[in-house]
Amino acid sequence: MLEEVAVNDTGDLIINVGPQHPSTHGVLHLIITLNGETIKNIDPNLGYIHRSIEKMCESLSYRQFIYVTSRMDYLSSHINNHACALTVEKGLQIEIPERAQYIRVIMDELTRLASHQLWWGAAAMDVGALTPFFHAFREREMINEIMEETCGARLTMNYNVPGGVMADIHPDFQRKTKEFLKFFKTKLPEYDEMVTGNIIFQNRMKNIGLITKEDAISYGCSGPTARASGVSCDIRKIHPYSIYDKVNFTESIQTSCDSYGRYLVRMEEMRQSISIIEQLIDNIPEGDFQAKTKAVIKLPKGEFYSRVETARGELGVYIVSEGGLTPYRIKFRSPGFSNLSALNHMARGQKIGDMVAIMATLDLVIPDIDR
Amino acid sequence: MEREALQARISAINAAVTFEEGGEMLNAFVEPAECRDLLQTLHNMDDLAFDYMFCLTCVDWKTHLTMVYHLESTKHRHIVVIKSKLDRENPEIDTMSDIWRTAELLEREVYELFGVRFINHPDLRKLLLSDEWEGWPLRKDYEDPINMIKL
Repeated sequence: MLEEVAVNDTGDLIINVGPQHPSTHGVLHLIITLNGETIKNIDPNLGYIHRSIEKMCESLSYRQFIYVTSRMDYLSSHINNHACALTVEKGLQIEIPERAQYIRVIMDELTRLASHQLWWGAAAMDVGALTPFFHAFREREMINEIMEETCGARLTMNYNVPGGVMADIHPDFQRKTKEFLKFFKTKLPEYDEMVTGNIIFQNRMKNIGLITKEDAISYGCSGPTARASGVSCDIRKIHPYSIYDKVNFTESIQTSCDSYGRYLVRMEEMRQSISIIEQLIDNIPEGDFQAKTKAVIKLPKGEFYSRVETARGELGVYIVSEGGLTPYRIKFRSPGFSNLSALNHMARGQKIGDMVAIMATLDLVIPDIDR
Repeated sequence: MEREALQARISAINAAVTFEEGGEMLNAFVEPAECRDLLQTLHNMDDLAFDYMFCLTCVDWKTHLTMVYHLESTKHRHIVVIKSKLDRENPEIDTMSDIWRTAELLEREVYELFGVRFINHPDLRKLLLSDEWEGWPLRKDYEDPINMIKL
């Protein structure tokens, strides 16, 4: 791309953002047409980290393919695994022990917290505030330690298996999680003091990257991106899975349609996640952490679709089975892909500096987009 | 709308639509030439209002390709899956990118991975792969020369 002329026929400047650029948080390449400082068009050039996970999964067994999906949205890896396990369980028609369901949901919410903490730090960094990043990573480290003890990994957890979870929770799990929640609850007001109420931050975020409710739906946006435009789309609420219908939480919705709205949605989601974990952590029932499944899993012929809410939005896992040992076809409907498709719509007509603020609140994870 | 009511409603729009038994969601098959008209109606009618396309993909069945559209209504919360069988040698179907904007990138992905041509698509280019890539990687007869995990 570099050898192409930097100015097109109409005199507009064409610049490349990425694939190595701090604000894209990964190998995302955007070809931006600029008129002065105003964005005329954004053309995303994807595929720098495309591994064709869908094709890979066609030659992996139903136990194996779950582990590959940790490498899609690496910040929601536990939730990705959960979605895959749910789809396989749907095909096998097995009941999951209560204990496993509780553990899964607690882990899901811890993952969501860790993901939102990283996003919060990175979003503030994108608009020029470096300190929040270190605050966010201090708290995130505590979650990673909890994860490490129980799952054996900090990022790619691979803790879900068809039928439940791989191992029982660590004896310290409940105590440490409660300690973390207690600590984090004192830190969350500090987050608000540092960033949410900051007038410079608000000026950068308000009325930036507007997208109406109708457009957000049409572009297939999901998660906080859509909820900031007033779309009720939390899969945990509208199509509850696991034990989400038993816990009390509110779907956080804003109607300002801008970057600041998306920011507020995620801040509220963190509070809701804390509340969900608090409801469950002391009530994990005794029993098995895994249902009995055959060593070799074969799904019956048919199609299975599961939807879950990751930290970024709706993840769909679509398995087409021919009754064999491996899936015939797998499609991952990734939230980042659809959210990215709305970027051009959101940023057109705005300044190049604002594009960074928009991308910061879209919370893109590139391996999730490329797969 | 419940599943039976939805099935009857879709039959009333297009009598040639066939339905698949069983399955979690209502699956409807339609001819590719009539697919766009049906989807447009599903999107526009107030009692159907399928305004959210949450998945668009394709499956290679070796004898033919099947386009799969997962649609949901954010107003009524009902779901339908529309499928359309395409000729494997010459796969063509009208674009849905002006009905649901999300289809624009998703159709580009299906185009480069399956070779399905979307008629009237505003910008049908490769998205994930490099421009000089040959073949349609997600088709079943595609063999990757360096497949590291083939069992």
